[in-house]
Amino acid sequence: MSQTLSKIKVVIVGNGMVGHHFVEQLAGQDLCAEITVLCAEPRLAYDRVHLSEYFSGKTADDLALTTGEHYDELHVSYKTNARVSHIDKVHKTVTTEVGEIFEYDKLVLATGSYPFVPPILGNDQPHCLVYRTIEDLEAISASSKASKIGVVVGGGLLGLEAANALKQAGLETHVVEFAPQLMAVQVDAGGGRLLKSKIEELGVTVHTQKATQSIEAGDSCRYKMCFADGESLETDMILFSAGIRPQDALAREFDITIGERGGIVVNNQCQTSDPDIYAIGECALWNNFIFGLVAPGYTMARAAASHISGGDLAFTGADMSTKLKLMGVDVGSIGDAHARTQGALSYTYENQPESVYKKIVVSQDQTKLLGAVLVGDNSEYDTLLQYALNGIDLPEHPESLILPSTGEAAPGLGADALPVTATICSCHNVSKGDIIDVIDQGSCDLSEIKTCTKASTGCGGCAALLKNVVDCELEKRGVEVKKDICEHFAFSRQELFHIVQVEKIRTFDGLLSKHGHGLGCEVCKPAVGSILASVWNDFVLAQDHVGLQDTNDTYLANMQKDGTYSVVPRIAGGEITPDKLIVLGQVAKKYNLYTKVTGGQRIDLFGARVEQLPPIWQELIDAGFETGHAYAKSLRTVKSCVGSTWCRYGVQDAVGQAIELENRYKGLRSPHKLKFGVSGCTRECAEAQSKDIGIIATENGWNLYVCGNGGMKPRHGDLFATDLDTATLVKYIDRVLMFYVRTADRLQRTSVWMENLEGGLDYLKAVVINDSLDIGEALESQMQNVVDSYECEWKKAISEQQSAKRFRQFVNSEKSDVNIVFVEEREQIRPATEQEKAQLTQSAGADSAQSEEQESLADTLV
Amino acid sequence: MTENMTTTENWITVCHEQDLVSNSGVCALVNEQQVALFKLASANDEQVYAISNWDPIGKANVLYRGLVGSLKDKPVVASPLYKQRYCLSTGQCMDDLMQKVAVYPCRIVEQQVQLQCVTAS
Repeated sequence: MSQTLSKIKVVIVGNGMVGHHFVEQLAGQDLCAEITVLCAEPRLAYDRVHLSEYFSGKTADDLALTTGEHYDELHVSYKTNARVSHIDKVHKTVTTEVGEIFEYDKLVLATGSYPFVPPILGNDQPHCLVYRTIEDLEAISASSKASKIGVVVGGGLLGLEAANALKQAGLETHVVEFAPQLMAVQVDAGGGRLLKSKIEELGVTVHTQKATQSIEAGDSCRYKMCFADGESLETDMILFSAGIRPQDALAREFDITIGERGGIVVNNQCQTSDPDIYAIGECALWNNFIFGLVAPGYTMARAAASHISGGDLAFTGADMSTKLKLMGVDVGSIGDAHARTQGALSYTYENQPESVYKKIVVSQDQTKLLGAVLVGDNSEYDTLLQYALNGIDLPEHPESLILPSTGEAAPGLGADALPVTATICSCHNVSKGDIIDVIDQGSCDLSEIKTCTKASTGCGGCAALLKNVVDCELEKRGVEVKKDICEHFAFSRQELFHIVQVEKIRTFDGLLSKHGHGLGCEVCKPAVGSILASVWNDFVLAQDHVGLQDTNDTYLANMQKDGTYSVVPRIAGGEITPDKLIVLGQVAKKYNLYTKVTGGQRIDLFGARVEQLPPIWQELIDAGFETGHAYAKSLRTVKSCVGSTWCRYGVQDAVGQAIELENRYKGLRSPHKLKFGVSGCTRECAEAQSKDIGIIATENGWNLYVCGNGGMKPRHGDLFATDLDTATLVKYIDRVLMFYVRTADRLQRTSVWMENLEGGLDYLKAVVINDSLDIGEALESQMQNVVDSYECEWKKAISEQQSAKRFRQFVNSEKSDVNIVFVEEREQIRPATEQEKAQLTQSAGADSAQSEEQESLADTLV
Repeated sequence: MTENMTTTENWITVCHEQDLVSNSGVCALVNEQQVALFKLASANDEQVYAISNWDPIGKANVLYRGLVGSLKDKPVVASPLYKQRYCLSTGQCMDDLMQKVAVYPCRIVEQQVQLQCVTAS
């Protein structure tokens, strides 16, 4: 089917998660489509999966998946509060309730589902609510303010989510379930029993096997629920969460085929009985099945978008395995959880004291995994899922997969055993084959592979598996997983660090002659320079070290595009006196430097020629400044908010803490730059969670976050420890940083280091907090060494003649580099562009009889 | 201010050997041209190199501030701006075959660093 030049009109009814995903998919296709979204709700798509977080402080905006501006950028027109009431299949139009008519070539129904409210007498009273939309949440929130007790009808996945929401709203919470157990779809009886006890431990009362017959006026509460067994329960509000029904009314009314028990019948392309009308998500019935999860809905969206744009992606069913945390309780369900397959056998492990339940269901011949149930511990979920999805042969004793390990490591699933089709990352639908493809294209680095494939960038649950696959693939094809830093050393940075430390090597030449070959290069030299500085903290411009430093370290300043430098004195914690501020202004004015306030709460002075650096620093040092290490792979800044000293909300002295920390760690050379942040209260004005080390004040002390990152690939820091006193805080930071300095790769930020650290956060906690490697004291004393041997490099550079000599453009002339030319912009200098330079040289070389134009241009010469 | 230079035959003395920095670079102004001078020293060898100081990719006079080292046994300097490596013996850019910088014959005679025949303007 060829496309004509006129745009194909696609109208989407419904803007839930799946409808929105469809829009993004279609807008991303190379197709000239005019996309119109008609959304019945008053707002565009939001994250319904995390709806309960509305009660833990998230706003509707936080939950939003898109914005009007975003749709504008995608050239998608949209209408909210636009409920479609009419479809004209002959003329291909839809009409909204208010009579607006929209033409379509292709119509997509993404109307979702509605909550099923059991036919109970009295279910339509004011405080009887449902749980699906943000408006529902607003109603629940309002009702809970006027209530003390709340009941959720339905003990399934959504019901427990809803119960969590009521509990967070501060209500005494009950769950009433018709079936004999909770989560009867996903979990077997044994798992359900354990789940019930865990949920009850959390303070939610669970009533199973209760059929509500009526809701009447209560005695002590607003309502009384009367059950079939004669018992009753008093409550102020009732929340129905007893399952969903496909929202198929529109399709039903306009003669699109509907399944016997509801749902719009679709084929593998998600087309309905009218080939120009598609249905996706929870309103669609595929193979007589409604998929009530978001991932299959997304797959449908991709299939429909593909079909409309001429592709051949099909929807062929979806795995309904789920892994989730309900009220802090791990629950996992894979495949045939109930062992309904003929001949299926199962293994069960239950540990009541620790509240863990695990069951695997295997085929009759015990070679394949059919399903699994996990409650209280999901750590085997990923491995089990791979066995089940890919039909991998089970090990000889399948029970070893769920039995607790007794010393020996549990038989993890070798990445090698996975077939090429195995899905490694389900969030972004990345298969092992996709990963192999990018490795074939030359990527051998985990983070690069993550960037190319997006694998492990969603929930991150597959990180360990991804690493296994990558390592295994690289090794398999003889690409030795090379950790060599460069051609001159057959060692990783970590190994070099170890060698330097153990053999007490103090110079690059010493290391090279003993363990390397050649002359070194721009990769190994700065890396070794940094290691030597971390271990010995000698002056970086000492004769033995000067040739190792990148230009920024050599000249103790940051080279800019034109070869000039910027100068950044330290302003610890961002606190500066008016007098010092004036000095900065005076120096900038005297040397005609461009000034800008940095993101790290200090002031950057740009445009200094190399020969100007020493006199500039002389003035700064005389005024009490010291180097800011902006040029170095080391601690840059500790950003802080104003803290309890001034702020009405602050609970601790953030500025004081920031200054202390900045002064402690300011000399530390590390594999990459380090940034800290200290916030004086939970409002987090210092954005500490985006820093390598983030500290947030609490009423009782300090919460420590580690390995955050802003920049190119933002990452929130991981909460490492809470309510620390300052001594413990410093101890932990000492250990974390020195462990990072010892073990990270060259130029590896803490965030990437953490992502590649085997065992991740838990491992780092074990090393730092529990001292599992017994190196805690060594790390601290090594740090103390660095702290004690700190000296301002600029002070030293200026005082040492040999070093000072380096700061000149020419060894044989006092002239300056004529290629450095500035022009003026917004009352400050900036480097001239090539074009401007050409014009300026021309006009300078021209006759003295200059035109007015040239004169004005020459005026901008500084 | 004039440059301190003396001419002997075709060789021009540009500075003293002690002005050089081992395994690093300095810059000399020779007939208004900027020349980057490098001394590469290993345990049993010492060699001086002179190339143009102009980084043709970064478009700035900065090559003398680059890190020196070896690439497959060839002596190289890496531009401090965008890290392209230039062979110190041939001037060839090893990362972009279209780029090349000028190379000047260079020697040390009686502790004087000398360049051969930089065309005077």
